[in-house]
This record gives sequence, structure tokens and C-alpha cells, in this order.
Amino acid sequence: MNMLAYLIPVALFLGLLGLVAFLWSLKSGQYEDLDGAAHRILFDDEDGPDKPGNSRSE
Amino acid sequence: MAEVAAAGPRPQAADAPEDGWAGFSDPAAYVRARPDGTAELDLVVENLHCPGCIPRIEGALTRQPGVLGARVNLTTKRLRLHWRQDAAEAAALLGRVTAQGFRLAPYDPDALSAGGDAEVKALLRALAVAGFAAGNVMLLSVSVWSGLVSDMGPATRGLFHWLSALIALPAVAYAGQPFFRSALGALRGRRLNMDVPISLAVILAAAMSLFETIQGGDHVYFDASVMLLFFLLIGRTLDHRVRSQARSAAENLMLLRAQAASVVSADGTRRALPVSDIRPGMRVLVAAGERVPVDGRIRQGRSELDTSLVTGETLPRAVEAGAEVFAGTLNLSGPLEVEVTAAGEGTLLAEIVRLMEAAEQGRARYVRLADRAARIYAPAVHLLAAVTFAGWLASGLDWQPALLIAVAVLIVTCPCALGLAVPVVQVAAVGRLLRKGALVKSADGLERLAEIDTVVFDKTGTLTLGRPELVNRAEIAEADLALAASIAAASRHPLARALCRAAGPVAPLGAEVREEPGLGLAAVSDGRELRLGSRAWCATPLDAPESDSGDSELWLAVPGRAPLRFAFRDALRPGAKDMVAWLRRRGLALELLSGDRTPVVERVAETLGIERWEAECRPDGKIARLNALAAEGRKVLMVGDGLNDAPALAAAFVSASPSEAADISQTAADFILQGESLAPLGEALRVARISRLLVLQNFGLALGYNAIAVPLAVAGLVTPLIAALAMSASSIAVTLNSLRLNLMERGARP
Repeated sequence: MNMLAYLIPVALFLGLLGLVAFLWSLKSGQYEDLDGAAHRILFDDEDGPDKPGNSRSE
Repeated sequence: MAEVAAAGPRPQAADAPEDGWAGFSDPAAYVRARPDGTAELDLVVENLHCPGCIPRIEGALTRQPGVLGARVNLTTKRLRLHWRQDAAEAAALLGRVTAQGFRLAPYDPDALSAGGDAEVKALLRALAVAGFAAGNVMLLSVSVWSGLVSDMGPATRGLFHWLSALIALPAVAYAGQPFFRSALGALRGRRLNMDVPISLAVILAAAMSLFETIQGGDHVYFDASVMLLFFLLIGRTLDHRVRSQARSAAENLMLLRAQAASVVSADGTRRALPVSDIRPGMRVLVAAGERVPVDGRIRQGRSELDTSLVTGETLPRAVEAGAEVFAGTLNLSGPLEVEVTAAGEGTLLAEIVRLMEAAEQGRARYVRLADRAARIYAPAVHLLAAVTFAGWLASGLDWQPALLIAVAVLIVTCPCALGLAVPVVQVAAVGRLLRKGALVKSADGLERLAEIDTVVFDKTGTLTLGRPELVNRAEIAEADLALAASIAAASRHPLARALCRAAGPVAPLGAEVREEPGLGLAAVSDGRELRLGSRAWCATPLDAPESDSGDSELWLAVPGRAPLRFAFRDALRPGAKDMVAWLRRRGLALELLSGDRTPVVERVAETLGIERWEAECRPDGKIARLNALAAEGRKVLMVGDGLNDAPALAAAFVSASPSEAADISQTAADFILQGESLAPLGEALRVARISRLLVLQNFGLALGYNAIAVPLAVAGLVTPLIAALAMSASSIAVTLNSLRLNLMERGARP
């Protein structure tokens, strides 16, 4: 039963990590265009619309 | 000439300028400068349909120097541009996009109803918190449940209960807020809605579990309370999301039509201003073919106005200096300079606004199905719990265990299935209608649509396209038609355009065509003066056939021959006849209320087989008729598009507008039908009726579940495990039943 002292905090920490990641993705606008996001992965990067740091106008 | 067919499904596209800007030639008025020298601009992209358009637009913009970011949102069909202001002008940057055939309209994001998006985000956050809590509490609860049959000691169980409390209580306090707020609002208004029993069940479950945890008892329902919130939040989030999509699509329609007014200043220079910045006393120039953006009085110019969107009248009206004009009318033949007047009393617009206010106040407050269910359900359940408590007390139990059993009754009759019954159906229905071209704007629109027994149509722009078509083609020789069309090609007058459409592509005339506002066209070819225009313009002899039928007419005068008559009539919408017949087969009473003249309305009513019709209706006349129908106990669907229909749309039980309707009508309507055909109306009606059936079935399922669970709870046999199982099972059953909407769609269609 002593294992519980480690396992429960570990489980809760992992869950919290997921929660924080979700809240971050929500805040950074990743849920604003679900239709578009589904297709963006297929575009050629060389075309340039999605250059890192260039694509998002917050 | 950009023909209507090429411009897409929306007829009014023909009125728009042809340079890719919907109403605007210069987006500068909407550019937002930022302190760091950059600027932002938001735009609606009209014909953004496929994902492939995203890299085309973004690529065209980001390849230009000075552009810091360009982001297309495929869901909302909007574009945000961010660039260095010193590097380029917005119009120049966007020229590359319009050159590819996209039509853009700038807008002010602050002016939109931003509430929808923020609400969806808040719900998603609450959903995430509830999901996290539900997962972790369930992990602990499963251990406790298996511990009850194996060797878990009371100390470990107590620890698990405390851990659950630690997770569940803050989660309930945060994720329950949307329900608590709505419940409080309802209670303050002395009403009951579904959120009242939901809030009560969640709060009671949490409070009782905390009490049990402190006492070291077994009846801990933390898992039930957070799971209830999690399930309900899923339904509510999806519901809000799909409706905010429909709303933003409706907003786009209006933004694309928002016009800039071309203001003439004292020194004669012109500049484009958004209509919202126009003040009384300014002078506005309206070119031929443009919609009048403001109410005012004509200072200079002579032209004809198409007032069909305002009055329902299809024949153009001749106007000259001194005449009053209304926003929304279409200037047909000559440029006009209009002095803006304030919307004073006595104008048509003032009357419309007054009628609309009255109509909205008079509109009976519709109680939604779920809230009607809550009105029966909540008192019944609370009474049951009270009776249970009293019963156990009377049979000699202590007050504490008796109270526990009573609270267990409240929890197990948890309104999870009831709370999901409506939103899940709503999500499936609204999403489906969105794809089929019917935008559901109001939350309870579908429920009200399902109950209608009468449909009242407006004529111009609703059953008809509000666009003339040549009707006597058979009487006209091919050569004459081609000749007339070659002259007509020079004009934007709707009759001239109809003539061109009827004739198809013709060889150009090869001579200069002169347009005389309000009269017609003239051209000199081979030494002959050819004229095309009104009766007077073509010197038509007095004994020529009178247009008693209410048709519009054009005359072609060729020297040495009798003038030739072209008759035009407002064409019916494609499928209008089928739609009307289909509605009648469904047992709905049909009526036609139009502001147009009697012969025209009579003919349309006859063609469509609508027996009851009224012509020359004023806006208050339409309301009077709707009120009379309501007094008979009828539930009326009003379908209309014009400014004169807006009060009637607000007064009807439920209302729909085509997408090219006047802004004020679109705002008033519950449904917006996209495209030229009326088919989305039938689809909306069918889906509304199926939805209602499914909602009632869902209520039945929830009731059936309660019929099993309640006796167990009253008998004091419910454990937290049973509560959790029953709740999940009933929610899943309701959700699966609702998703049948997508299977049932393949029925007969109009």
C-alpha cells in the first residue's frame, strides 16, 4: 500500500499536465478553425504560408 | 458584364461592384493601426469553399514585402492580415487576392457579437476541468468499489474519499458555473428551467458526499456529480459551437453586403466612408447600379429606383431632385446625389422600426421543451424526495440516514439524460441544416418551426427572385432580340440585363449607346437612330396594347417599323412551385401577403395555387393579418425578405428569410435560407419535425430510466456504483437515439 504514496501523485500530476496543455492550446487559438487545421498539415511548407513565427497574428 | 449566373448563387451579387470588393473600393476605413507601426485588418472572404484556397490566399499575401502574417480561418471564412504600415497599403496587398477571384469585405471585429466565441471558449475550459476531474475521481472511485469486495481498509478508503473531495469540489465550483448562473437567473425571474434541477443535484451530491467523507461513511457521490457536469457540458459546448457557426455565417452574409458610401465634401472631392460614419447633412453619391446606402433626399440627378426590397413593388419608380429615397433601394439608371436626412418620424423606416419594437414586445414568450419538462420534473422530484424523507422518518429511522436516502433520490433521478435530451438533437440538426443551406439563428427556432400549421409568404424576393425575366420571347424575332440585346448591353438597368440574359451572347453594336436616365437608351447605327426604353421614349402609338397585366415592358423603336414590345415578369424562384405543393401536401395552410400590385400578386398566387392572398399590403397590414391568425390559434411561419416584411417576421411565431433579404429582416428572422432555391425551407421543416420527435423519445428514455432507478432509491438500495452506472447508461442511450437524426434524413424530400 505504500506504493500509493507515489502512484496517486504521479497519476494526478499526469492528469494535470494534460489539463494545462489543453488550456494552453485553447488560449493560443488552436480551437478557432478546426476545419482549416485539419487540412493545413497537407500543405507544402515551401509555399510559405505557414513559416514559423509568421503564421499567427495573435 | 458579370452575369448573375457567373457570380454564384446569390442574385444580389450582380449589384456589387465587379472589382472583387463587396461594396468597398478602399478598406482603409477598417485598418487598425497598432503602436508598433504595424496594422491589422479583418476581412470576410466570400467564395472561400475549399481547403485549397487557404495556401492560395495566404501565399499571395505573405510573399509580399511588409506582410507579417496572414491567417485564413476556414470555419468562419474570415481572413486576418497583419503588416508593417510603412511598407504597403492594404488595398495594394489585397489586390493579389481579389485578382484570384476572391471577393473580400473588410469588417470591424469589435462590432460583431463577440459573445458567442467567448462563451464557447468558457464552456470548453469548464469542459476540460470537468473532464480532468471526472477521469481522476472515477479512477479513485473504481478502486473504492473494488475495495468494497476485497480487502481495502477503512483508512485507505477514507484517504481515497478525501482525495476525491479535493479534486471534485473545486471542479464543481468552477465547471458548474454555467449551470448555476442560468439557474439563478431563472429563479430570480420566478421561473424554472432545466438548470435548476441540474444545479441542485450537483450541489447536493457534492455537499452530501463531503458530509459522508467527514463522517467516514460509504455513500460518496463525488464521481456522480462531476460526471454529470462533464456529460452535460459536452452537450452544451457542442450546442453553442454549432450555433455560433451558424451565426457567424449569417453575419458574413451581412458583412459582405455592407456598403461604403461615397461622400462628396464641400470642395467636390470624394471619399469612401463606412455607412455607420455617415451623418445627416452629408452628401452621398450613388452611381447607377448601386444600392442607396442611406435615407435622404435627392439633390441632383434623375433616375429610376428599384424599391422591391423596401416595398415589395416590382416596377421601378422614377425619381428626380427633391424626392425621398430609402436605404436599400437600388439605383437603376442615372447617378444621384443624395443629401442625408436623419431617420425622422413619418418616414417608412421610422414606421418599420416602431412596428418592429411593438411586434417584439407582443411576441409571446415561448417556453422551450426542456424547460416545460423541467416545470413538471423539478417539483415532482423534489416532492418525491420530501415524501421519501418523511416516510423513512415515520418508519422509525434516524433523521440523518433518512436525509441521506432522500438526497440519493435527488441524485439518482439526476437530470443527466433530460439535460442532454435537447442539446444533442439540436447539435445534430443545426449542423445538418448548416450543410444544407439553412442557418438556424435562434436557439429555440427548430422547436417552434416543428409546431407550425400555417405558412405566410411574401412575394417579391421570396417566392420570386425579385429579378425580371423576358416572358414574350415567342412573339419576338431572333434578329430583333439580338439587336435589342446589343443596345441593352450598355446598361445596368435590370430590364436591360434581363434582355441580355434572354438573348445570350450577341455581337456588339459597334456604335456608341447613350443612356437617358429614366427613359431609355439610344444609339445611331447605319444612319438610323435606334431606341430602346419606355413607352414615351420610343414614341409608341397610343393604341399599342396596355400593360394591364402588370408586366414591366421595354420598347424597341427602329425607324420605319412599328415599335416592338418586350414584356418582363418577376421570375419564380426555382423549385418554388414544388415547395408550395409539398407544404400543402403536409397539411399546412398557405397564404401570400405582398406589397405589390393586385394583378401581379394574383397571377403568382394562381400559378402556385395559393388560394388566400392579399396585395398592396403595408407593413402594418401584414402584422394585422398575422395577429388575426394568431388570435385564431394558428402558429405561423412567416417567410419574407423585404424591409416591409421585417415587422411581420418579428411578429410571427417563427420566421425565415432568404439570404439576400434586407439586413433588418435577416436580423429579425429565426432562419436564413441560402441559395436561390427554396429547398432549404423544406429541409428545415423536416429536420425540425424529426428533431421534435427525437427529443420526445429522449424524454421517454429518461422517464423509463427513472422508472427503474427511483423505486430503488426510495427503498434506500442505491449505492454510488449503481448511480454512476445508471447515469452513464441513460446518457449514452439518449445520445445514440439523437444521432439517429442523421439516419432518418434519407426520407422523402420535396
